[in-house]
Amino acid sequence: MAGDRFLRIALPTATVVVFLVLWTVYVRTAEVSAFILPTPLEIVAAFVELVGDPDIWHHALVTVIEAVSGFLIAVAIGITLGMAMARIQVLEWAFKPFIVCLQLIPKIALAPLFILWFGFGLESKIVIAAALSFFPVFSNALVAFRSVEPGDRDVFTMLQATPFQRFVMLDLPTALPVVLAGMEVAVVMSMIGAIVGEFIGGNEGLGYLAVAMLQELRVPGLFAVIVLLTLIGLSLYTLIAQLRGWLTPWHTSVMQGNRDA
Amino acid sequence: MKMDNDADIRLSGVGKTFGRGENAVRAIGDATLDMKRGDFISLLGPSGCGKTTLLRIIAGLEQPTEGEVLVRGRPVWNGEKRSAEATRPISMMFQEARLFPWFTVAENVALPLRLRGVNRAEREERAFALCETVGLKGFERMRPSALSGGMRQRASLARALITGPQVLLLDEPFGALDAMTRDTLNLELMSVCQQARVTTILVTHSITEAAFLSDRVVVLAPRPARITEVVEMPFERPRSLDLQRRTEFQDMLVHLRASLTGDH
Ligand SMILES: Nc1ncnc2c1ncn2[C@@H]1O[C@H](COP(=O)(O)OP(=O)(O)OP(=O)(O)O)[C@@H](O)[C@H]1O
Ligand SMILES: [Mg+2]
Repeated sequence: MAGDRFLRIALPTATVVVFLVLWTVYVRTAEVSAFILPTPLEIVAAFVELVGDPDIWHHALVTVIEAVSGFLIAVAIGITLGMAMARIQVLEWAFKPFIVCLQLIPKIALAPLFILWFGFGLESKIVIAAALSFFPVFSNALVAFRSVEPGDRDVFTMLQATPFQRFVMLDLPTALPVVLAGMEVAVVMSMIGAIVGEFIGGNEGLGYLAVAMLQELRVPGLFAVIVLLTLIGLSLYTLIAQLRGWLTPWHTSVMQGNRDA
Repeated sequence: MKMDNDADIRLSGVGKTFGRGENAVRAIGDATLDMKRGDFISLLGPSGCGKTTLLRIIAGLEQPTEGEVLVRGRPVWNGEKRSAEATRPISMMFQEARLFPWFTVAENVALPLRLRGVNRAEREERAFALCETVGLKGFERMRPSALSGGMRQRASLARALITGPQVLLLDEPFGALDAMTRDTLNLELMSVCQQARVTTILVTHSITEAAFLSDRVVVLAPRPARITEVVEMPFERPRSLDLQRRTEFQDMLVHLRASLTGDH
């Protein structure tokens, strides 16, 4: 077991190291211009410089606020609609085809429209982030609240549980693992939404900064912004995954993860 | 009709057909049965003959297509509506354990009390005591997934007993248990039911278990379930495992087996 543990840390580390070395060797030997592809070390240097600049935290905060607000809006609406449609068949018949059609629109293509409607400030980016992260939450919530087994319901019926008791002690815990899995996907989508919004318009946020770097041909700086965005995305994702561990410690996917760790 | 006050469960002409037209499955024929308070009866019949369906009808989880069920004088169904009043005294243990993974074993056992608003300290105390009774001491704080199949059934039994029900419906409660544990739990069950005069219906595949525990054994014939015979178990109570070695008991088993396979 100890050997397994060592391999599970050593192998991915080795993969990353080999990748970075090959990258460096390629840039050096092929004499790729630093304007096109800097070496990993140049990116690290640019990253250190980037996070040393006090302005950067303002941009990062803006992007996080946009992504998180959009995510929370998507979660609120997605869970509410999913739950309502899981409960009330007529609602599903009425609205689900419509929502699925909306989902088929490439929402990134709507981003310019949202900028037009909601302006160049935070609002338009929040709307884009919400639009992108809504569907995974909604569709998972719909499945989740429908997956309560009739046999489990019978137990609560026999115990004369009130509808509220049943919701809190049966429906909610049954649905939670699947809803949280949808939220894990959604939080990543919300970051994408915020960044795309910033690409298109505005003068704040890491997406804006990336475009600015590109226009000044500061390619290592551009990579540094990408690294920072990745770290932020990873933190948000980890937060939700952590939440899953706290809220649904009994669930097999969580228990499996614990065993792996 | 004047209600006999002592009649706890009364089935009159109960029938159940699932589905309609060509796909209709007639699960229960014409079941009529009277149980007094404290009666212990077993339903004995081949797999798929409608035993679970009959229990679910009595519990109000399934609506009969014909006939009526009265529990303590109250009809289980008022038209299309399940009567909460009539079903309140009933506790049911399902064929599957149906424990909830988000609760610990003790929380699962105490769930009926929690739903009735009993405070936490009292819930815990009663759940722990009952866990000990059914042989789950030391497992109270674990999750159901840490239990074996048989242990889960025991937890499920404890959950069914914790409210002190007046009517107990048990659907093959000890199917997954070894013979020794089964005997122990059967004795426990018998004493609980006798002391509190619980009206009990037990579904089982074990002829010995049915004969040993019951006042009467109801033998069912399949498709649709019909009551072929109701056999009195004339053995005095309290009963001990010694009873199972007596010749009258052995003769009874032979009789029941014959009745079950339909040759007389
Ligand atoms: N909801 C349902 N819809 C349609 N048919 C059903 C339904 N429930 C039960 N049946 C049918 O009714 C018959 C009796 O089923 P039931 O579960 O009551 O049998 P059982 O005697 O409990 O069997 P076992 O001993 O295997 O548990 C079966 O033929 C089954 O297919
Ligand atoms: Mg059954």
